[in-house]
Amino acid sequence: MSGTFIGMPAFPKAAHEAVRDTTLRANLRHATHTIRDKRAVAVAELADWAELREAGKQIKTETLHSLDTYLVQLEEAVTAAGGTVHWAADAAEANQIVTDLVKATGESEVVKVKSMATQEIGLNEHLEAEGIRAYETDLAELIVQLGEDRPSHILVPAIHRNRGEIRDIFTSEMGKWGREAPDDLTDSPVELAEAARLHLREKFLRAKVGISGANFMVAETGTLVVVESEGNGRMCLTLPETLISVVGIEKVVPTWRDLEVFLQTLPRSSTAERMNPYTSTWTGTTDGDGPSAFHLVLLDNGRTDALADEVGRQALRCIRCSACLNVCPVYERAGGHAYGSVYPGPIGAILTPQLRGTTSEVDASLPYASSLCGACYDVCPVAIDIPEVLVHLREKVAGQGGKGHRLEKVAMKAAGWVLDHPGVLAAGERAASKTRALHPRKLPGPGARQWTESRDLPELPAEPFRDWWKKNRT
Amino acid sequence: MKQNSRARVLGRIRQALLDAPPSPEPARDYLTAHTADDEAVILDLLHENLADYRANVHRTTETDLPALVAKLLDRHGAQTIAVPPGLPIAWLSETTARQHHDADSLLTPHELDTTHAVVTSCALAIAETGTIVLDGGPGQGRRALTLVPDLHICVVRAKDQVVGSVPQALPRLDPTRPQTWISGPSATSDIELDRVEGVHGPRRLDVVIVTR
Ligand code: SF4
Repeated sequence: MSGTFIGMPAFPKAAHEAVRDTTLRANLRHATHTIRDKRAVAVAELADWAELREAGKQIKTETLHSLDTYLVQLEEAVTAAGGTVHWAADAAEANQIVTDLVKATGESEVVKVKSMATQEIGLNEHLEAEGIRAYETDLAELIVQLGEDRPSHILVPAIHRNRGEIRDIFTSEMGKWGREAPDDLTDSPVELAEAARLHLREKFLRAKVGISGANFMVAETGTLVVVESEGNGRMCLTLPETLISVVGIEKVVPTWRDLEVFLQTLPRSSTAERMNPYTSTWTGTTDGDGPSAFHLVLLDNGRTDALADEVGRQALRCIRCSACLNVCPVYERAGGHAYGSVYPGPIGAILTPQLRGTTSEVDASLPYASSLCGACYDVCPVAIDIPEVLVHLREKVAGQGGKGHRLEKVAMKAAGWVLDHPGVLAAGERAASKTRALHPRKLPGPGARQWTESRDLPELPAEPFRDWWKKNRT
Repeated sequence: MKQNSRARVLGRIRQALLDAPPSPEPARDYLTAHTADDEAVILDLLHENLADYRANVHRTTETDLPALVAKLLDRHGAQTIAVPPGLPIAWLSETTARQHHDADSLLTPHELDTTHAVVTSCALAIAETGTIVLDGGPGQGRRALTLVPDLHICVVRAKDQVVGSVPQALPRLDPTRPQTWISGPSATSDIELDRVEGVHGPRRLDVVIVTR
């Protein structure tokens, strides 16, 4: 995965630092609370939310269980529509494919629309090393890129920056990348957005190559779907002559009709809107409309490892709505950076260790970055049982041994026994609390005790783990 | 190498799924629509939801449409407009704005950038989500036309272009055509989650619903 996060301290240490940063905490708190309240309203509007969620879960599960068939079907459809399909087993291959495609156009700059897959593979850094400049065009990504920073939220990557910081970044950095920020730029969001519009427009108008991800790929038709708000996606998908989309293999859905589920659940779960301002769909190339060359790079990069794990594979249902981040008490305190990967929050805690293994300290600590309160599962529009996967991954980490994981091993033994013997939960909870593994008032994990006990404790839901478990398991 | 990677990825997938149980056909117990099948109700809902996401919504008749289009262009000070192929010429019969027809020689991105407005029809509108869908059909043009100019005036025919819900919309749309679903003008909430209208797409969206 991306080199951006190499050298990250393990989760508890990074979280410890984040908790001390009061600006970051205030920004995060404001953002996550605002969006979670709005989401609840948007979801309540649909009387059939539970059925939509169940359908989304089943569609994705069925797709994953026949993933090879759907990918081959997708490949045929995209090819028939004038596109070219490339397969990348890992990040290095994907980066090489994209680099070669860009070089073949003779261009040395590209415009990019926010894509987690390209962040995951560290594409920008790779292109930079090859002499190709990649311009991020999503406002938040622009803030992150100009600030030489890392994204901290799936949907709002600059959620950790407030307006004053953004103004300072624009004023000092924009000129180095292109059009300068206006001299009298204030910190009003309207003015900041206008500065970004002007800065990026010159790049869009001259762009010859666009790079995107996709939210969905429809196997039966070969159609790709990008859901966005600002219009930078439309710019990148429409104005360049060559479009390269790098998409994880799990993003495929079988039919055009399946979009009727996800185009209802995704916007409401992510931005809390009935529908996001812009959704673009395209199938191969179209004469006289948009890019004349389209390349789809299908990315594995650890996804098949996750697929092989019968408990863990449900993480591949994720549609990256970020609802689980916004309700997570650990994320709210720790911030996105503590997770050490492009996938922060509860989904990151179960996805990252599966995509890249648990050999590094930060990845091994991720399954412990949760209190197992279950709020993430409740809001997930594809019903990923994140706590279940976390517990499963903890077992795996504990099983791999090593000095750093001795305590977890002890904790998990106790927890595993308790979960198998619900009748003795009380005794088990005492044991778990001694080894601080599953107690909902504390953040489990190496070194976690110090910071949870010395800082104000997260306001975890009142429901104890035992009740949650009962309600969700029986 | 390309062929190798393809075989490798597909091989890994098959290996990973050896133990996977066959999955049943997904249950679709959700609703087809959340709105009564009543034209007036659906139109009101479309109007309300479009306005809620800061589109300016107008209703008029076929006869009064040209005057309204002229008035809206005027109100926004639009002196030049991009005209997609197949747009009924009558719609622009009362405006004095200069017309750039995007026909044989296509407008370049830079030319579009100096064009003030674009007037289009649409493929479909979805009431429950306040969405208009463009698919490049007659009167809509290629995607860049409705993207670069700052004002987009979109005309929706109430008679046969409005559906209630997303599940009702998809079967009527052709996935082989490039589509743009538009729900209000472009927006961002990237700065402290304050919603700001107008980043890269048209900053103003006027939707004109033509009733009988
Ligand atoms: S795990 Fe679920 S809630 Fe979290 S981002 Fe993915 S789809 Fe959304």
